[in-house]
Amino acid sequence: MTVIKWNVRAGTYYDSVVLMQLQRGLLELPGVLDAGVVMATQANRDLLATNNLLPDSISANPDDLLIVVKADTENSATDAIGKVDELLARRKSSSVSQDFRPRSLSAAVKQLPEANWVLISVPGRYAAGVAREALELGKHVFLYSDNVSLEDEIALKKSAREKGLLVMGPDCGTAIINGIGLGFANRVRRGSIGIVGASGTGTQAVTAHIHNLGSGISHAIGTGGRDLKSDVGAITAQQALDVLARDDDTKVIVLISKPPSPDIATSLISAAQKTGKPIVIYFIGYPPPARKIGNLRFAISLSEAAEISVGELEDSRIPQSSNSRFVRGLFSGGTLAYETLLGLQASISPIYSNAPITTYQLLEDPLHSRAHTIIDLGDEFFMVGRLHPMIDNDLRIRRMKQEAADEQVGMILFDVVLGEGSHINPAGELIPVIKEIRETRTGELEFVAIVIGTDDDPQNLQSQIDQLKDGGMTVFRTATEAVEHISLRFGSNKKSEFTPVNLDQLKQPLAAINVGLESFYDSLISQGAQAVHVEWRPPAGGNEKLASLLTRMKK
Amino acid sequence: MSMDIDQANQTAVNRMMEARPILKAVATARDVIPGMKDNLFLHAGPPIEWARMSGPLRGAIIGAMLFEGIAKSEAEATPMVERGEVEFDSCHHHGTVGPMAGVTSASMKVYVVENAEHGNKSFSNLNEGYGKVLRYGAFSDDVLKKLHWMNNVLGTALADALAQSNGIDLRALIAEALHMGDEGHNRNKAGSLIYLKLISPLIAKVVKDNAAESEVLQFIGDNALSVLNPVMAACKAMTDAAHGVEGSTIVTTMARNGTDFGIRVSGLGEKQWFTAPAEIPVGLFFSGFSQDDANPDIGDSAITETAGIGGFAMATAPAIVTFVGGTPKDAVNATLEMYEITFAESKYFTMPVLDFRGTPTGIDLRKVVELGIAPRINTGIAHKNAGVGQVGAGLVRPPLKIFEDALLAFAEKYNI
Repeated sequence: MTVIKWNVRAGTYYDSVVLMQLQRGLLELPGVLDAGVVMATQANRDLLATNNLLPDSISANPDDLLIVVKADTENSATDAIGKVDELLARRKSSSVSQDFRPRSLSAAVKQLPEANWVLISVPGRYAAGVAREALELGKHVFLYSDNVSLEDEIALKKSAREKGLLVMGPDCGTAIINGIGLGFANRVRRGSIGIVGASGTGTQAVTAHIHNLGSGISHAIGTGGRDLKSDVGAITAQQALDVLARDDDTKVIVLISKPPSPDIATSLISAAQKTGKPIVIYFIGYPPPARKIGNLRFAISLSEAAEISVGELEDSRIPQSSNSRFVRGLFSGGTLAYETLLGLQASISPIYSNAPITTYQLLEDPLHSRAHTIIDLGDEFFMVGRLHPMIDNDLRIRRMKQEAADEQVGMILFDVVLGEGSHINPAGELIPVIKEIRETRTGELEFVAIVIGTDDDPQNLQSQIDQLKDGGMTVFRTATEAVEHISLRFGSNKKSEFTPVNLDQLKQPLAAINVGLESFYDSLISQGAQAVHVEWRPPAGGNEKLASLLTRMKK
Repeated sequence: MSMDIDQANQTAVNRMMEARPILKAVATARDVIPGMKDNLFLHAGPPIEWARMSGPLRGAIIGAMLFEGIAKSEAEATPMVERGEVEFDSCHHHGTVGPMAGVTSASMKVYVVENAEHGNKSFSNLNEGYGKVLRYGAFSDDVLKKLHWMNNVLGTALADALAQSNGIDLRALIAEALHMGDEGHNRNKAGSLIYLKLISPLIAKVVKDNAAESEVLQFIGDNALSVLNPVMAACKAMTDAAHGVEGSTIVTTMARNGTDFGIRVSGLGEKQWFTAPAEIPVGLFFSGFSQDDANPDIGDSAITETAGIGGFAMATAPAIVTFVGGTPKDAVNATLEMYEITFAESKYFTMPVLDFRGTPTGIDLRKVVELGIAPRINTGIAHKNAGVGQVGAGLVRPPLKIFEDALLAFAEKYNI
């Protein structure tokens, strides 16, 4: 015997999808044989009738919600009808409603555009492909995967070096960037010791010991074990050394590696000398040439490398003799200031400006420079109640004096923009001031001018240049030439053979895309970093023919 | 290889997005559809012969033969087909699309959509509403009676009404409906109401008899799928505009005939289909029906996903999230997944919930194969037996194999 029960709810509307779900819920109840839940339109009533779910006695209008249950007993039917509200209220809270996990690197980049790093831990034969894609997207690579061919490693690192990007690895187990551990990393204090490590556990041992000695780490850059072999040529180690040398927050650098090829050891030691920073070198098993050569110290164990670096750090706090370390640019032309900043940011750091290119370059108080600074004096902040600096040099002269009073300043850069409307003789006005400044200043101070104009300008270009040169100034006709000159003097790698790694990227809060081991993603999140995990699978489901075809079709 | 696939794809998706489908007219199929003739029956999906047709498609063809008066009964129709007295072809070879069986015959009234940007035309039959209908393979007397009414009364009213206007801009209609909770495939409630709003004053002008006018308006308004067919024709006009771009890997057709799932690709041949057995959709079922009753995937309505709406625009249709797991977030994730395999984001179809991001547009064969993600298609589910009708709605994905086959054919054609 079967029983049919129904319930009509006047003027109640639910989308049909919700109703189908309710119907499915009713069917799951004990004793229920069939159920229909519909808005009682003619078409729906016909449908119920077809399935013998529409007793003649039901009366319902098209706007009514009609719930019909067929069950094996009266009680089952009544119970089912009684459950309707509960079922309607039921939310699929148990369903896994997580954030979307991208399947491709490019989708991940869209999801987290600020990510500068890609962690790769997919099986070796796919790793180079993923790394190549990451580099193409302009991201630094932490390549945990092993079994990457030497050819691929060399190609990846050369490509990265051209773009000013780092490839840490392959087979790189650990790194610490801006306080965030990548891969296997100990939780260590932030500090002023930088590490370049071709040995993962070596790096862990040294960073942990430095922490236990009370100091901390600025960045620890891994290179992968083969980086210091002749074939690879220490591409990553050289880049890492260079970027840490330019980092004002890194006072001491520790270089750790298993025995490098002799030619590589020589070139690294030479590069280390040129940084001018205290560098502690521990080439495991490689006989140190001496305990100390100039700024270099050679350690004989991991723990000693840590101890020496902490000791050097204390010494480095003593003020150094050469103080004239910074350039200050005082511009009347906004675009010239911007172009100069754009050129300088690649080679000198930290650099600040009241017209920054990226937010962390912002000079919070435009009235007071810090480190390297480029000021646009034509900015409206300075213009209140004043003539433009192209006409009126008063503000610039006062700022020149202010900058010169800072003994850390080694160069003052300014522009002279000639033409109609500009000051009629800027050189004539500036030269006496500079002369006066030089008389009061003890340390070295260079003045560099960028002059823009033509011989037909009222001020006469050649006459202005001659006056400035006679007044002892270095004169350039373009910002580009001036940038080159400044970089040679203040850039730490003065004859860089490669595109320098952008130091500012290292200093941004770390955001990364993880491709491979999910535990690396969890670790990033638990350290407070922003991260996106890519639900990676082998391309074309592992079908090599299709995968290689796809590679050809991407070009 | 000198060919630039990305460039070709950009051209193809630009043509798809910039196409401007305008609903211009309702006319008789034989007068407007290229190549249409009296014994030709167009059907949904890739071309298929009678022997391999599924129940609903066979039923719809018999129904159309009865409607045309070629046969008097099923008993008369079947032997005629077997003797080869009627011809079949894919709707897509004639600029046409139809939901479910998609059967379109010479005397049927069809919507005429014109792409104002590129000049191509597309066609779709009129939507019959719910219950026992031809598109699900039903051909009983009342089904035929309704079809005749649609042709004579509804079709004439629509034809006269549209003749009074400059046409209905379907791109604008779809864009608006996407902001009102439609995704344009399984949910067309808002779009159908917009359509009713636009067509009502025109119908009032041309239908003299009050009772007939009321009947026509009632029919359009009661059917939340009224606008599905014009929308599909609009998508067809868009995707046809994107077809035939040399070197492009953009998919320009996804369609099912109830037996096979087929796709076509912009940079490959006009009639070059890649097919594999259609999957059975997974979904929610009407009372009295279950998964066991479901026919393999059928219909041309996947043209909506091909054009970047439907399942691809799931994020904007929160009312029907149950299809994709139950929460609005699942719906958003469904759309985010489709960005992985598409080349562009629509300039015109946007989704408020994603900060008005454009819908994922232009399926790139390469991405589908590389990531192993097949397109998501929202779909109605037909009963496997002819004439029973719709039994549910749900989600289906095409078999990956057809994308792999297409990729290999592409590589062969272009010597990659």
